[in-house]
Amino acid sequence: MAEKEYIVIESGEAAQPFDYAVGMHGSKFFTELRDNKKLMGVRCPKCKMVYIPPRGVCGPCFEEMKDFVEVGPGGVIGTYTILRFAFIDPETGQQKPVPYGYGFIKLDGADTLFQHYIDIVDEKKIKVGARVEAVFADERKGTIRDILYFRVID
Amino acid sequence: MAKRVAIVGTGQTFHKSHRPDVNGQELINEAVRAALADSGLKMDDIDAVIIGNMDHFEGINYVDCWSVDGSGATMKPIFKITTGGTTGCTIAIGGYHLVASGAFDRVLVIGWEKNSESDTSGAITTAFDPVWDRLVFAGAISGLAAEAQAYMARYGATDKDGARVSVRDRKHALNNPHAQLRKEVTLDEVLASPMLADPIHLLDVCPRTDGACAVIMASEDVAEKICKSPDWIWGTGNRHPYAYLGDADYGRLTSMKRASTEIFKKAGIKEPRKQINVIELYQPYSFAGIIWIEDMGIVEPGKGAEYIGSGATDMGGELPINPSGGVISCNPIGATGLIRCAEAAMQVMGKAEGRQVPDVNFAVSTGFGGCWWTDMVLHGKKKPNY
Repeated sequence: MAEKEYIVIESGEAAQPFDYAVGMHGSKFFTELRDNKKLMGVRCPKCKMVYIPPRGVCGPCFEEMKDFVEVGPGGVIGTYTILRFAFIDPETGQQKPVPYGYGFIKLDGADTLFQHYIDIVDEKKIKVGARVEAVFADERKGTIRDILYFRVID
Repeated sequence: MAKRVAIVGTGQTFHKSHRPDVNGQELINEAVRAALADSGLKMDDIDAVIIGNMDHFEGINYVDCWSVDGSGATMKPIFKITTGGTTGCTIAIGGYHLVASGAFDRVLVIGWEKNSESDTSGAITTAFDPVWDRLVFAGAISGLAAEAQAYMARYGATDKDGARVSVRDRKHALNNPHAQLRKEVTLDEVLASPMLADPIHLLDVCPRTDGACAVIMASEDVAEKICKSPDWIWGTGNRHPYAYLGDADYGRLTSMKRASTEIFKKAGIKEPRKQINVIELYQPYSFAGIIWIEDMGIVEPGKGAEYIGSGATDMGGELPINPSGGVISCNPIGATGLIRCAEAAMQVMGKAEGRQVPDVNFAVSTGFGGCWWTDMVLHGKKKPNY
């Protein structure tokens, strides 16, 4: 008798686009980024934490936040890694180009970390605590990609 | 007053990288049958079912509905709980709550996953905010690598310290016929394996797995009639700390600290290192084996590597961790947390066979989610005195 054959069915090409509302705080962030190359955080009236990305509520205090403050565009690397393995990017459906620098940036004036690319042209300079600055796109559309990446300026 | 709750039976599949011989429902059924056989119960004895996984790995929603033939839940109360990586531990906590409430005497808890059916890193990324968090995020490995870098910068640990944890867990897996990866690795092999995301090598991280696990919980009114020496649940904890990835304190697992502090206080455990006999830690990569035992209060911050290096957490050591081989040896994600719970229960019940730690009075099992979440269960041989 022949070996058992187990069938696996591929889903084939599949796409499911979404339209995400970014809310009042997100809209403020993306319009300031697009029009003025400014990064906006928001401060909790109770604990005074400055959050980026800005959001409507401070979780620990459960307080509404409306006090926008400009943060960055400079900062330091809070932590980082360099991605060297390929995987399917659900944003594009394609293999993500690697390697790339993945940073959690402590922007000047902010208390939380901001995720973005770090330029890895000189890997030796990528360290926790290294000084960085945002590099903006010339043509900005009001998305997180209006920042191209952060680069080390030490 | 809540009822005391005990685990009276557990079951697992023999976990593998790919199980094309079964679909999800059939995989679930294997674990359910094993748990029923272990407890000596029949499906008719089960009052309610809790099930969980992470839908985005299979791209099929509502397992609570489509799996009822396999789960045994046809025309019974069934509840689905899903909390990302912590799912397997959260469903155990959910089962505990259902039984403790007095509403149900015998609850079947099922965790499962067929990670072979999609790209795991891509699917995990869909759990994160599309506007703010997905641009650079690369599944679990990227966040974990950022944690390890932050810890190394703060405490001076090295990639060799991480590798030592992989060596331990992969050795322990040799004793567990259910584990997927049952081959020892050396420190040099871990360090020479491909770099995925600095400082994490291929052999520092978990595989992806097809597998299922089931656990049966019973109230104090019936537990000892089903099982002479059940595993009593002494406490559960569940902490989710933040909204966006950048909100976390990288290098410390605050949720673990909060959950363990709460549970140990409730149970009167003042020196966890001495009073706990075995831990099944949801440890998806090696460095977590150092960092998170510090947050659990086993050793002081910065002392994890030294403690692991001493052999104290190896089989035969002061406090064996992951006798099953842990997550680095086997990771069917929605089942992974429940496997930790089942393995801890087996240790308390004296059913852990070749991976049994002698004289277990207290055991801890945990769940971890990529968003720095901790779920946790304290298991004990004696019935809780509260």
